[in-house]
Amino acid sequence: MKTGFNFAYLDEATKRMIRRKILKAICIPGYQCPFGGREMPLAYGWGTGGIQVTASIIGKQDILKVIDQGADDTTNAVSIKNFFKRVCNIMITDRTAEASLIQTRHRIPETTLNKDQIIVYQVPQPEPLRKLEPKEKETRKLHAYKEYALMHVKLYEEISQFGSVIKTWAYPVETNNRYITDPTPIPKFDNPKMNNMEALQLFGAGREKRIYAIPPYTKVKSLDFDDHPFEIQTWDECCSICGSTKSYLDEIIINNEGKKNFICSDTDFCKSNLEKNK
Amino acid sequence: MYVAVKGGEKAIKSSLKLLEKKRKETGTKSIEINQIKEQLSFAVDRVINEGSLYDKDLSALAIKQSQGDLVEAIFLLRAYRTTLERYAYSTAIDTSKIIIKRRISASFKDIPGGQILGPTFDYSHRLLDFSLMKEDEINSYENINNQEPKNKEFPSVIDYLNNENLLEQEINNLNDNPFDVTRDPMKFPASRDQWMQILARGDEGFLLGLSYSAIRGFGSKGTHPFVGEIKYGIVDIFISPDELGFEICIGEIEISECQMIDQFEGNKNTPPQFTRGYGLTFGYNERKSMAISIVDRALKSEGYGEEIKFPIQDQEFVLYHADNVEAQGFVTHLKLPHYVDFQGELNLIRKLRNEILQGKKL
Ligand SMILES: [Zn+2]
Repeated sequence: MKTGFNFAYLDEATKRMIRRKILKAICIPGYQCPFGGREMPLAYGWGTGGIQVTASIIGKQDILKVIDQGADDTTNAVSIKNFFKRVCNIMITDRTAEASLIQTRHRIPETTLNKDQIIVYQVPQPEPLRKLEPKEKETRKLHAYKEYALMHVKLYEEISQFGSVIKTWAYPVETNNRYITDPTPIPKFDNPKMNNMEALQLFGAGREKRIYAIPPYTKVKSLDFDDHPFEIQTWDECCSICGSTKSYLDEIIINNEGKKNFICSDTDFCKSNLEKNK
Repeated sequence: MYVAVKGGEKAIKSSLKLLEKKRKETGTKSIEINQIKEQLSFAVDRVINEGSLYDKDLSALAIKQSQGDLVEAIFLLRAYRTTLERYAYSTAIDTSKIIIKRRISASFKDIPGGQILGPTFDYSHRLLDFSLMKEDEINSYENINNQEPKNKEFPSVIDYLNNENLLEQEINNLNDNPFDVTRDPMKFPASRDQWMQILARGDEGFLLGLSYSAIRGFGSKGTHPFVGEIKYGIVDIFISPDELGFEICIGEIEISECQMIDQFEGNKNTPPQFTRGYGLTFGYNERKSMAISIVDRALKSEGYGEEIKFPIQDQEFVLYHADNVEAQGFVTHLKLPHYVDFQGELNLIRKLRNEILQGKKL
């Protein structure tokens, strides 16, 4: 099939430039590597960084899965898949286990990823310190000196005010005992999956033009204090479709009186769990 | 069993069809690209600027396709230009060699070569012209007796001030590889070539508001800048391929240029001097070129050792937020689903409320 575009949209020189940046990012886990991000036919903030990373590493034999909020059928995930279908003509799957390349926004699949897989995160704001220090000139220095007191004070203040850290998503992590890293707006529920993950984790921020990476089997620690250890979210309820008590649940309002139900955010996990339990 | 409504394939297809229907359903005549190009030329010029691609036909096409949403049209043009191969970088244009259409100075009553008002809305009364409601033919127009300007060259007026050293020199500090904002990630402190490119393709409304803030009081010293010179006309574009060793002209473009004169009180080492702000745009975009020149001057504050007090002087504030393709993308991404994160917040707020209501915490 002729698409009218180069395979995966980007020209080969651009892909090579991005792959070089990815290699650098892998060599310095958690370091935000500036790259010459290109303008894409999808809007900034809607996954252009992830799309550029995916476009630079995808090959004809790859099987791609794209999720948004854990689901394969959310509109933006569908739109990104349509884009790659149009410019790559490759295999697309919903099954986490089948995919060689997974692009995600806001979730890590419940199914454990393996060493033959790569997960690409869409990153709205790569700088974990940005809310504490708006200037890029300053935050780059803070990272260079490993000067992270700002962040620790922030977490401490939350504990003293609320009794616990109140960050529930984009909960900061430390990568390989060095860089504080933004895990992207995944729920903190997913943070432990990043630690020692067998799969390569790549992060693309299009608007901010940064790429960072966490190589396989790298230590990723969610920031905490000895007397206030990191905790993940829990629910009293279980998934009303598959009955799972181990997955991240979305809340759904099902009538005008506000009655609610909970279902798995990871649609593929929910489906396979349901089949398994039948 | 309740099934979450998560949009998907079918919804996207229908949405695109509805958008097309919106344009077509009343069965009016399709607008020709040429009509947009010639009769909505200011819109076309805005889109080539912020789309940073000098192609008025494609600009008109983008305006038609976006149904007049100019920010969307700019986005379309940007997404197209990103796929184009880069054959060469042009040499710097010489705006003194210009086929002049308009040229004014607010600082000098008369200037060599003369003041040329040209086409402008400036002295029109902004009264709706109801005769345009029904206009059958537009090929009749009054042929005004337009004297061709005698001069072929229009050197920058404010350079006359250079003779007395009253004006800072415009130093050519470009190296062989100017910053390319379409290829290089932002870096700070930003260089002037970097910020001039960002301003040239920055959002007109944002830059207009910023420049207004500066002259209204949120700018250095609250001074009032002077328009040294504004030009609108046609200049040649040259490239100089290595294998040829000489320059060749590859075409001509319309430009608007503004030279703004501002003040500088001087410091221990430098006596007081006028400073400059410079603005350049594709096409006829005079208002924007003026706004750029004011922002340019403000961004030079750091270099003059002036105190950075106002948003317009702050490089990161201005340069990170001027691009409307980036801005519209990130603002509108808020309508993408965020229910995973929102669930985390819900979960937390219930927990915090329970703890406090049960009085067991803190
Ligand atoms: Zn489930």
